[in-house]
Amino acid sequence: MSTALAAETDLLKIGNRVFQSRLIIGTGKYRTFAEMKAAHLASGAEMVTVAVRRVPLDRSTESFLDHLDPTLAILPNTAGCYTAEDAIRTARLAREALDTDIIKLEVIGDQTTLFPDNEQTLEAARVLVKEGFTVLPYFTDDLIMAKKLLDAGCPAVMPLAAPIGSGLGIQNPANLAIMREQLPGATIIVDAGVGTASDAAIAMELGADAVLMNTAIAEAKDSAKMALAMKLAIEAGRLAYLAGRMPKRLYASASSPVVGVVR
Amino acid sequence: MRIQVNGEFREVEAGTTVQELVAILKLRSERLAVELNNNVVRRADWEATILHEGGKVEIVHFVGGGFNANC
Repeated sequence: MSTALAAETDLLKIGNRVFQSRLIIGTGKYRTFAEMKAAHLASGAEMVTVAVRRVPLDRSTESFLDHLDPTLAILPNTAGCYTAEDAIRTARLAREALDTDIIKLEVIGDQTTLFPDNEQTLEAARVLVKEGFTVLPYFTDDLIMAKKLLDAGCPAVMPLAAPIGSGLGIQNPANLAIMREQLPGATIIVDAGVGTASDAAIAMELGADAVLMNTAIAEAKDSAKMALAMKLAIEAGRLAYLAGRMPKRLYASASSPVVGVVR
Repeated sequence: MRIQVNGEFREVEAGTTVQELVAILKLRSERLAVELNNNVVRRADWEATILHEGGKVEIVHFVGGGFNANC
């Protein structure tokens, strides 16, 4: 099966949106806009996430959004919010500015780890779902929390794999595997912690539906090349997951027939 | 009268509307959102929304950021 064939028939669904690419990427930390654009193009991503901030009043600023390929879907996020209330306000502003109902909900609990405040996240998710938002919540890789967020009406959940921007890779593969097994119908998007292509492949092999990343691409020496590596890793990992891996064995199992060996 | 815009105090004429404030600040109005006293002011309501003394206005746009971008 070619990867092209896989992409056509194996789509990522988030609420009522459908994507061929299972890679969602960020827009922060790039050295130049040109570099960001090249990385976005190479990644094949169809959706990018952007942050909401106060407009500077002391200087005229060009719109950051003008630097994005207009065919990309925009996923505004509530990055930088530390309370449910601030995240809700930010989501409402994003919806008004972009005329979109989709929001990546982030409520941070602590500046050093940037770990999510799951309690505030759930509270904000409940309010925003009632207001008609398509809420994609970033949360700790915890099955029970995932269930609560799905029950609240989130169409997908976004567990972290490691601290934001750490590049440590999938720190708790068992949690992701359990989440996949226990929530077979849920859309699970690994969000944060991926450092290099193999990390993305592992996330997909564990059954994640997609991966969201920023720093792993933006801080690579050649971000466009890393973006392509991530695209291929995501496709490879997805295919491996769908193919179903062989069982692990402690001992060797010969590949060649054991009869007819020349003696 | 005195209002607050993005945390800074500003003097504007009494009766200034949200629409006029955006123009005074020379902001490109597309893909901006405005909040007055913690409530979003829909774009369609900018012209009819009059600011009052002590009003707290937030005007936001979008910036690059995957995660927790504190720009």
